[in-house]
Amino acid sequence: MEALEIARWQFGITTVYHFLMVPLTIGLGLVVAVMQTLWYRTGKDHYLRMTKFWGKLFLINFIMGVATGLVQEFQFGLAWSEYSRFVGDVFGAPLAMEALLAFFVESTFLGLWIFGWQRLPKVLHLGALWAAVVASVFSAYFIIVANSWMQHPVGVELVDGRARMVDAWAVFTNNTALVAFTHTIFGALAVAGGFLLGIAWYHLWKRRHDGLDTVDGDGKVVVGTDASGSRGVIDHQVWLRSARIGAVVALISFAGTAVSGDLQAKLMFEQQPMKMAAAEAACHDGTGFSVLSVGNLGSQDCDDIVAVFEVPGLLSFLANGDFTTEVKGVNTLLPEYKEQYGQTLPDDPMYGERAGMSIDYLPVMEVTYWGFRIMIGFGALAAFAALVALRILRKGTVPESRWLMRLAVFGILAPFGANSAGWIFTEMGRQPFVVAPNPDPSGIDGVFMFTAAAVSPGVSLAELVFSLVALTLVYAVLLVVEVKLLFTYVRGGVASAMPELAARHDDDSSSRGKDDDDVLAFAY
Amino acid sequence: MTELLPTIWFILISVLWTGFLFLEGFDLGVGMLMKLFARTDRERRVLLNTVGPVWDGNEVWLVTAIGATLAAFPLWYASLLSTLYLPFILVLLALIFRAVAFEYRGKMNSDQWRRRWDLAIFLGSFTAAAGIGAALALTTSGLPLNENGDRVGGPFVWVTFDAFLGAAAVVLFCLAHALAFLVLKTDGPIRERARKLLIRLLPLAVVPLLLWAATVHLAGGTVWTGLILAVAVAAAAASWFAEWSSHDGWGFIWLGAALAASLACIFGSAYPVVLPSTLSDAFNLTVENASSSPYTLGLMSIVAAIGVPLVLAYQGWTYWVFRKRVTEKSIPDAHSVSPL
Repeated sequence: MEALEIARWQFGITTVYHFLMVPLTIGLGLVVAVMQTLWYRTGKDHYLRMTKFWGKLFLINFIMGVATGLVQEFQFGLAWSEYSRFVGDVFGAPLAMEALLAFFVESTFLGLWIFGWQRLPKVLHLGALWAAVVASVFSAYFIIVANSWMQHPVGVELVDGRARMVDAWAVFTNNTALVAFTHTIFGALAVAGGFLLGIAWYHLWKRRHDGLDTVDGDGKVVVGTDASGSRGVIDHQVWLRSARIGAVVALISFAGTAVSGDLQAKLMFEQQPMKMAAAEAACHDGTGFSVLSVGNLGSQDCDDIVAVFEVPGLLSFLANGDFTTEVKGVNTLLPEYKEQYGQTLPDDPMYGERAGMSIDYLPVMEVTYWGFRIMIGFGALAAFAALVALRILRKGTVPESRWLMRLAVFGILAPFGANSAGWIFTEMGRQPFVVAPNPDPSGIDGVFMFTAAAVSPGVSLAELVFSLVALTLVYAVLLVVEVKLLFTYVRGGVASAMPELAARHDDDSSSRGKDDDDVLAFAY
Repeated sequence: MTELLPTIWFILISVLWTGFLFLEGFDLGVGMLMKLFARTDRERRVLLNTVGPVWDGNEVWLVTAIGATLAAFPLWYASLLSTLYLPFILVLLALIFRAVAFEYRGKMNSDQWRRRWDLAIFLGSFTAAAGIGAALALTTSGLPLNENGDRVGGPFVWVTFDAFLGAAAVVLFCLAHALAFLVLKTDGPIRERARKLLIRLLPLAVVPLLLWAATVHLAGGTVWTGLILAVAVAAAAASWFAEWSSHDGWGFIWLGAALAASLACIFGSAYPVVLPSTLSDAFNLTVENASSSPYTLGLMSIVAAIGVPLVLAYQGWTYWVFRKRVTEKSIPDAHSVSPL
């Protein structure tokens, strides 16, 4: 393997990994802020417990997002210095704004929230959480503005071979960014919905399993309590409400991703036709959406691929809003791309040894084809599960079935999978470009960049291999630790986040009185 | 005005680095003191909780300094990070471990769990301080860059005396700054021990920092940077005197002033070069040839004019909210999480 491939693997691994934490941070943060708001407004105990429990899981996940996010700010300069030089004038602005206007707020106010229990007035404490959560949404906006500029460069002109920003408004209202932002936020909420539903389901099941809740003749729940009293009616309320909120959030966010995804597909059809064709493994022009295609997706000979089952007209509808417009296939697009952007990489020092190599304009079709389908499939599956769950929950509890509980917990992974698959699809579908050309007739000429030109010329293969291995190992270890902690805190129930609930009936640990003003309400 | 923009951004980035080293300086130092100074678990938790609510906000100063460098000086950003590839990877790994350790250390009640995270905090803080110190020193003393701004030579070509000086300067400053912070933020025996240690350590701890500033000043400074260097020396002396005479607040502020003045001397002497090439002066990156367009710098100036005062205001408020001293008495008992 050469340096370029290692650098790409590294970017892929660090970014996909970071984006396992981010959707949960954004989605769960919003949900917890709503829960705390409900507690502030109603004073009801179950809302406080929900805030504490889900807030604890939120924090366990949040810090991993922060830690792995640091890498993002540096890695454009580390392994992609030519890219940074080419786009810094326009790409750096949203990144710096993210740090200055969003990340600062997020980090500072979350610190206030974590340590502010009983220190800040209730309304300010709630405000601190809202500030952090809203900032995380702004964070997403700025990052997606930067990413969308790579998908669809606008608001720049080419000066001395570099992109130079001339219209910030165009960059920050890039249509690609606005729909991708909407899609991403709904995708984040879908993750939170599944997370809430799966974990709350487990606890409702556990209550039945432990004999606390039973079902009467009419199929209605009879809520019981345990010996210590900490798992009584309020505890049941916590899980039932959480499960219902989770299911509703999952359904709303699926609708949101579907609508925004449809808008994205229509833009992609205009802006990156090759990505659209590769998503479909569509070799020839056509109107049908392939549900299943077989053949050698990775082969350069597109005619190997046979669509086994197609929905006529659907592809045209996705791309263009009608059922008859032909969508260009790979075989039509390849000659067009070659004519516009060249057969071989230019003989320019920035390409190093890669200068003169022929350019493959077809993205890896196994990835685009299946990435697109996994995204839609997992998203739809999670939404369907949420609908079924909502119906089952009408009884006020869940069935005693252990495998159904396992399915609900396992289902937490589906929206994560959909998010990752979607990003892998859209990033790899952009290849061989790191900055895709803007085909808009009024678009700017010449502002595009091949990934082959973007990598740092001065960084050696050995350095890249070292960092790839080190980061991947560290990430793997930390993922195990995070999942272990999440499991522990989930199993512990609300008491894991509210030690006072566990201590209530345990006289030994009340020696350090809760009323003692000197003792911190929360400490590391 | 337009022609001043790159200089304004050079000043702003110097300010961001100063803010980072001032604020994160004491929490990096506290991280190292977890192993070097604290004796019991409760003492370690006292140390940890003096910075608990603020460390994450402090770290954003680094993220912003790097992000602002990309936006305002893309060529500086590209050359610095790619040339110092390995040290920055190590700094990132260190910061990752350190961040996770802060948050996870108290989440399980086991000695082994805590010991491992304590080690992560110590090594993470030390590596981050040393790596960033080395990188900043090399930013002012130069790297072997060709005409394209890429490194000539192997992955370790940056290992020089200047790198060690910068690393020592930041590590020792962080230790002293953290002790001064602990004198302010704790009470009882820990505070007394911190003060005693600080009075002994401070004269030594500021030497590499002042030496680094003096080197850069001698290489390219002016009368003004000489004066600023004198201020830095005076502030360090004033800090020692204030700690010795039990004026905690002043001790902390003067030490911070010594840092700010040293960095002002360093960046001021380097100006207008942002990253010198040791191969040829013709390849030097300067505020002129490494900066973004006036349009981008203008836009970012508006954003910074709004953003920076806001950050200072709400971070200042955070310190006010958590102004109370942390003592062994204020640390609640560790609690275990057990399955239902």
